[in-house]
Amino acid sequence: MTAQEVRLCGLLLQEHFGEVVERIGTHLLRGGAQNLRTIANETNTPLDLVKKSLCVLVQHGACEFRSGRRGPGSPVEYRASCERVLRVLRYPRYIYTAKTLYGDTGELIVEEVLQRGHMTMSNTVKTVADRLTHNMEEGRSMEYSEVVSAFSKLVETHFLQRCPPVAEVGTAATSATPATPGTPAAPASTAPPTAESNPDCYKLPHVTLIGRGKRRRSSDDSEEQRGGKKAKMDSESCGDEGIYWQVNFERFHQHFRDQAIISAVASKMDQTSSEIVRTMLRMSEVTTTQTAAYTQPLSANEVFRSLPPNYSISRPILDQYLSLLVDDPMEFVGKSGDSGGGMYVVNLQRALANLARATLESVVQERFGSRSARIFRLLLRKRHLEQKQVEDFAMIPAKEAKDMLYTLLSENLVQLQEIPKTPDHAPSRTFYLYTVNQLPTARLLLQHCYKTVANLIERRLFETKENKRLLEKSQRIEAILASLQASGAEPEQLTEVEEMITAPERQQLEALRHHINKKKNPENHIVGFFMNLFVNYGGK
Amino acid sequence: MAGLGRGRGRGKGYMSFSIEAVGIGKGENLPPAILQPTPLFPPMEHKPVPLVMGEEAEYMLALKQEFRGNMKTLPFYVRPAVSKKDVERYSDKYQNSEPSDNTIEWNPDWKRLPKELRIRVKKPLKENTSLSVETPVDPKPSKKTRVDKEEIIHKLEVGITLEEEVTSDEEEGEKKKQEEEQQDGEEEYDEEEFEEETDYIMSYFDNGEEFGGDSDDNMDEAIY
Repeated sequence: MTAQEVRLCGLLLQEHFGEVVERIGTHLLRGGAQNLRTIANETNTPLDLVKKSLCVLVQHGACEFRSGRRGPGSPVEYRASCERVLRVLRYPRYIYTAKTLYGDTGELIVEEVLQRGHMTMSNTVKTVADRLTHNMEEGRSMEYSEVVSAFSKLVETHFLQRCPPVAEVGTAATSATPATPGTPAAPASTAPPTAESNPDCYKLPHVTLIGRGKRRRSSDDSEEQRGGKKAKMDSESCGDEGIYWQVNFERFHQHFRDQAIISAVASKMDQTSSEIVRTMLRMSEVTTTQTAAYTQPLSANEVFRSLPPNYSISRPILDQYLSLLVDDPMEFVGKSGDSGGGMYVVNLQRALANLARATLESVVQERFGSRSARIFRLLLRKRHLEQKQVEDFAMIPAKEAKDMLYTLLSENLVQLQEIPKTPDHAPSRTFYLYTVNQLPTARLLLQHCYKTVANLIERRLFETKENKRLLEKSQRIEAILASLQASGAEPEQLTEVEEMITAPERQQLEALRHHINKKKNPENHIVGFFMNLFVNYGGK
Repeated sequence: MAGLGRGRGRGKGYMSFSIEAVGIGKGENLPPAILQPTPLFPPMEHKPVPLVMGEEAEYMLALKQEFRGNMKTLPFYVRPAVSKKDVERYSDKYQNSEPSDNTIEWNPDWKRLPKELRIRVKKPLKENTSLSVETPVDPKPSKKTRVDKEEIIHKLEVGITLEEEVTSDEEEGEKKKQEEEQQDGEEEYDEEEFEEETDYIMSYFDNGEEFGGDSDDNMDEAIY
């Protein structure tokens, strides 16, 4: 939880939940586990607001609570999780992935669940059906069963999971029955239960949801009220109270990781090899744990059978492709045996490490030039080099090499390692070697990314504030235009309205929109994502 | 190591390690030492790579903006109750007040939250059916508020049968169920009091803030 991460989390919380939640959240992030009274006193916030914010944070999974450390009588402690808040940055990517895999219905389901933190299945289905109906033409509406089938597909492929059961925590008053029957009403266990520890994690509840989406009519208040009552009665009759579903972020990350590997293979080699790797990854989706270093071994026969039908290649060609993949220096695929025509594994960890290394190299190249990049790559491969050796191997004149090395050193991308010859570490009798440590450098780059994103958000907020007048004016103009068009106005009136914005203002507005939209640089984001994956999965 | 350096440093300045090892030859022109922090916006020698903008990126950008906009309308966006600095107005009584601090606008599953976080759930005024309002949090202040409410109820003389219910309930003792009913009664009581006191429809009240907004449609006047 570095300072940059906390700052970025604060900005994200502020944008999505408001300033009160931001204050409470940053306080929790900086201060570790605290109880309710401490938070209220130290942030000078009224107790009710603190309670509300904590409810919001717990609802969205950003905060966890458990009974205090000092025994069963101590107050409940709350702990916020930086990582969970930072995932908000990736929400659009999750939603887009759901769209590509399961269409608009899947997209809306994931979006709803992300917006609300966690929801019951019946609630989700109804809301999504209503939204889809709203977008359809008049007279058509969305069946609940379609939404239910999309939901079950998401659960089957583990993209959605049940929220972990919560043991009853709190005062010694009469406690309601905990979600898991059979356990006594005891204080919470030492570690909060993860979602995966629940054996029913991916089991759909037995709920019969029959109906269609309702189209929201703004004019009929009474009908809405009646409809509202009816919905209330419906929700009571659905059998899945207490079963909440949340997005399984790890599964999405797995998916992104697989996509990254496949696209790397496609760009380094060709489409067919990427298809082979995709098949291999798909086959080992269920058998590989999330933090595995490599997939389960697959025989070449199995791969051949599971290839998609439109990629009909013959068996010897498949073998050639596989051997090419194994020989590639990026080490995407490894050979682990010879039975069954050759046993092959996808080296997940090595592939990620190599991808991260490639990203590091390209970052150095873009920031410092290609000669510095050459020195950097040299150091990555040769590990430890002296000053003289660097000059010789890189074939760069001494003075420039020195300059570049010192620039890299001052940016902390390169480190100096002392190796003493004598026990008294005399400077004249010590080797000084330049080296690059991949993991710490990746972490550094990740922190830079977080800092950049935070800066961009602040800049966007600043620009929005500065030009609020202009933005509001343009919004009003658009609203007027829309209403005029709806009521069938003449083109002259329209042009008159459009001319309300003068030309320089319009230009300014366009530039402003351009800037605002380009914030949160997606490229930056991808770099950050790679580094994150690499750091989390433990590089070399 | 500091002792070793002393006595050897002459001339331009000394460092704790031998500078030949890192490649600075004797008598070479080193760049001048920088005695201030680096500038806030250092000039960039290499321009950054242009942004990757494709169809995917555009779509995700639109998703992000929509998401942000939606989050602002959801009840999770906590806005503290802003105290009105202006003079108290008659219309305040009949306008939709801002969400007050001690209510929560959505209905979380209280079983998944610790007991101490329970707050009263605010119900919209439209639903006149039986409300199931959650009990307030700490037993101690609730006793006091109950006492206050009892006093208020006693003071105000409006012929509602609920009052009889309330008085009969309080005779029975302090049980949660009665608390709830009383809260219930009080909530309904408040609304009915509003509705009975005026002859006007609640939603009709126009406080004149929209005056002047219609002038946008009238193009005769110059707009500055």
